[in-house]
Amino acid sequence: MTVKTLSINGQMVTASEDQTILDIALENNIVIPTLCHLEGLSQVGACRLCLVEITGSPKLQPACVTLADEGMEVRTDTERLKEYRRMIIELLFAERNHVCSICVVNGHCDLQDLAYSVGMDHVRFAYQNPLEEIDASHARFVLDNNRCVLCTRCVRVCDEIEGAHTWDVMGRGANARVITDLNRPWGESDTCTGCGKCIHVCPTGALSEKGKSTAEMVKKRDFLTYIKMGREKKLWFK
Amino acid sequence: MSEDVLKAIIDKESEASEAVRYRIGVCTAAGCLSSGAAAVKESFHKAIKEAGLSDSVRVFGTGCLGLCDAGPLVQVETREDGHVCTCLYNKLTAESASGVVSQHLLKGEPVESLLCSEENPFFQQQQKVVLENSGKIDPERIEDYIAVGGYGALQKVVTEMTPQGVIREINISGLRGRGGGGYPTGLKWSTVAKSKGSRKYIICNADEGDPGAFMDRSVLEGDPHRVLEGMAIAAFAVGAEFGYIYVRGEYPLAISRLKTAIRQAERQQLLGNRIFDSEFNFRIDLRIGAGAFVCGEETALIASIEGKRGSPRPRPPYPAVKGLWGYPTLLNNVETYASVPPVILKGGNWYASIGTQKSKGTKVFALAGKIKNTGLIEVPMGLPLRRIIFEIGGGIPEGKKFKAAQTGGPSGGCIPAEHLDLPVDYESLAKVGSIMGSGGLIIMDETSCMVDVARFFMEFCMDESCGKCIPCRAGTVQMHGLLKKITEGVATTNDLAQLEQLCELLKYTSLCGLGQTAPNPVISTLKYFRDEYLAHIVEKRCPANVCRIRPTPAASSEEVRA
Repeated sequence: MTVKTLSINGQMVTASEDQTILDIALENNIVIPTLCHLEGLSQVGACRLCLVEITGSPKLQPACVTLADEGMEVRTDTERLKEYRRMIIELLFAERNHVCSICVVNGHCDLQDLAYSVGMDHVRFAYQNPLEEIDASHARFVLDNNRCVLCTRCVRVCDEIEGAHTWDVMGRGANARVITDLNRPWGESDTCTGCGKCIHVCPTGALSEKGKSTAEMVKKRDFLTYIKMGREKKLWFK
Repeated sequence: MSEDVLKAIIDKESEASEAVRYRIGVCTAAGCLSSGAAAVKESFHKAIKEAGLSDSVRVFGTGCLGLCDAGPLVQVETREDGHVCTCLYNKLTAESASGVVSQHLLKGEPVESLLCSEENPFFQQQQKVVLENSGKIDPERIEDYIAVGGYGALQKVVTEMTPQGVIREINISGLRGRGGGGYPTGLKWSTVAKSKGSRKYIICNADEGDPGAFMDRSVLEGDPHRVLEGMAIAAFAVGAEFGYIYVRGEYPLAISRLKTAIRQAERQQLLGNRIFDSEFNFRIDLRIGAGAFVCGEETALIASIEGKRGSPRPRPPYPAVKGLWGYPTLLNNVETYASVPPVILKGGNWYASIGTQKSKGTKVFALAGKIKNTGLIEVPMGLPLRRIIFEIGGGIPEGKKFKAAQTGGPSGGCIPAEHLDLPVDYESLAKVGSIMGSGGLIIMDETSCMVDVARFFMEFCMDESCGKCIPCRAGTVQMHGLLKKITEGVATTNDLAQLEQLCELLKYTSLCGLGQTAPNPVISTLKYFRDEYLAHIVEKRCPANVCRIRPTPAASSEEVRA
């Protein structure tokens, strides 16, 4: 395996062949905002927040899926990128009903954190205020489409880690929704194991546990690291 | 199938056609069918039977004859003393068809009043390569295709050439992808040929979805074997044994003709195992799209064939390296594959002699909108837009003034009158902010409002966005909202500034081509018709009188204060 040398924001860093720009940035404490990415799940490159500039490439590249290459010059914090990121976050806030003050994950929310980090003080786009449904048919969990950002973390964790594939996406464009089974109420799902992994990977308050107060609804994601490392070490294989 | 069998079919067909005095080709492409071609064909059959001419006349359905506006079109070929003369009838009905039989076939005098003049520049100025058989052969008979030299290119490739030789010929021809991007076909083929994989796939993208575009449909309906042959040649060149045609479900006629064509080619052993007694095996299967525009994007199309949700994924890896089920995959458009057989038969240099420096060959365009001759045309690359619109297209009807030409569908842009002398090729169109696209050409006259046009295309993109990436999913909604505000006359100049910001965001941050090019209609209309935007915003009026401006409140805020 050859080692590559490249620079991120002028800082020299090294990378192995299979590392993405995001991996190396994390290794070197360089912050690149992400939303759909979650360590331990597959990459989809959908949220476009981790876009970076690479000298010589006319297009912006998503750091989560772009492999590091020898001599690359990466910029993660130009004014242009910062403006794009803020616009993307604003688009999310305008798209559905993200009202922090009455949200169960207020204070533990990835979207809220991102809004602070990109310096969003208000939303310039027209609020769509869609009428979204809440599915509270499950005994322990709630799906609130008002808060969903369609990052598909729940879909991936259910499929890749739990192996149930209860979650999926239906519809397209602004009408896309996450659904359980074939758009049956969550409580009637035959495939859901009730493991609750989707609750904890959800970046927002779209998926939460019933009866938890705002202070209690903290997302616990340690299991992902545990399972990822266990699989890498082949802990559960003979 | 061996060489002799191919030749035997050609001989048999030419013998049969010499025995026939009249060949009547009734256009049975979707355009003419919708204006009653099926009844016309039936009426010909009946009248000929009654006149007792069944032995000397052959009536058959053909592919698109081009001038869809004047349908149903019927071509009558008369064979006399060894030479053939053709007459083209237009706007026939079941009644007038029997008149053609009694006057033209029985008395030998063409019905002047129904004739379509062949001197029409619409026919004179075209150069047909992809569409050369469309209108001449019955797309539902493989023998017709073989009789005009069909599958000869495949035979030449399999029996005389090496895969490298085929790719070299394609490289020489300078053929570029006809789906819109214009990526050099030879380069793509050689990438797939060099990619390592235990198996490889060929995919034909027939998910044509641009509003107003019907080039691929006409090729599939008029000459399906041509596409199969092109795919088989590509498979030989890159080393693939299996191919898919991804055709949209809205094209039932194309699907049924493709099914027929595949069955016939398999029966003649032109598809299947040991083609032309060689080691080369190739099979083709159909996949029917479920009506999503985004499935025309290559990675979404591949996901759809795999049975997954049709949404794109980031590239690289490109399908040429990691495509269908993780194997190297060659993906080209219908028209690209249909251009391949003549390149092989007549040579890459012949193909490269047509067109401009960087854009070679011919391109099929679908003329639509405010133009006299709507229909399907094929012209050499680099023909000025003015000649396409005013000579071949016959100009704007009702003496109206030309305003803009829209190319490339929702990913393209509008070309204003000042660029009418622009040669139509990949580079020139890109220079003025549009794209070649798959070949839709929509003409707009002074009665079209450019802001409304931009709003229409944005609505299309908003509906067709897959919803995977945020800029496209939420950005198109916002842009459509802003454009709607402008057309209603309630927008401010701040809204215009925000619209331009969003154009930039979508262009640079969207995941796939749909989102990246969705702002193009807005960007190009803003570039050339900014005054129309400002008229809506500042003067609250629509210059073309299309938009319904909301009446301003009787008392403005200042009056209230007073």
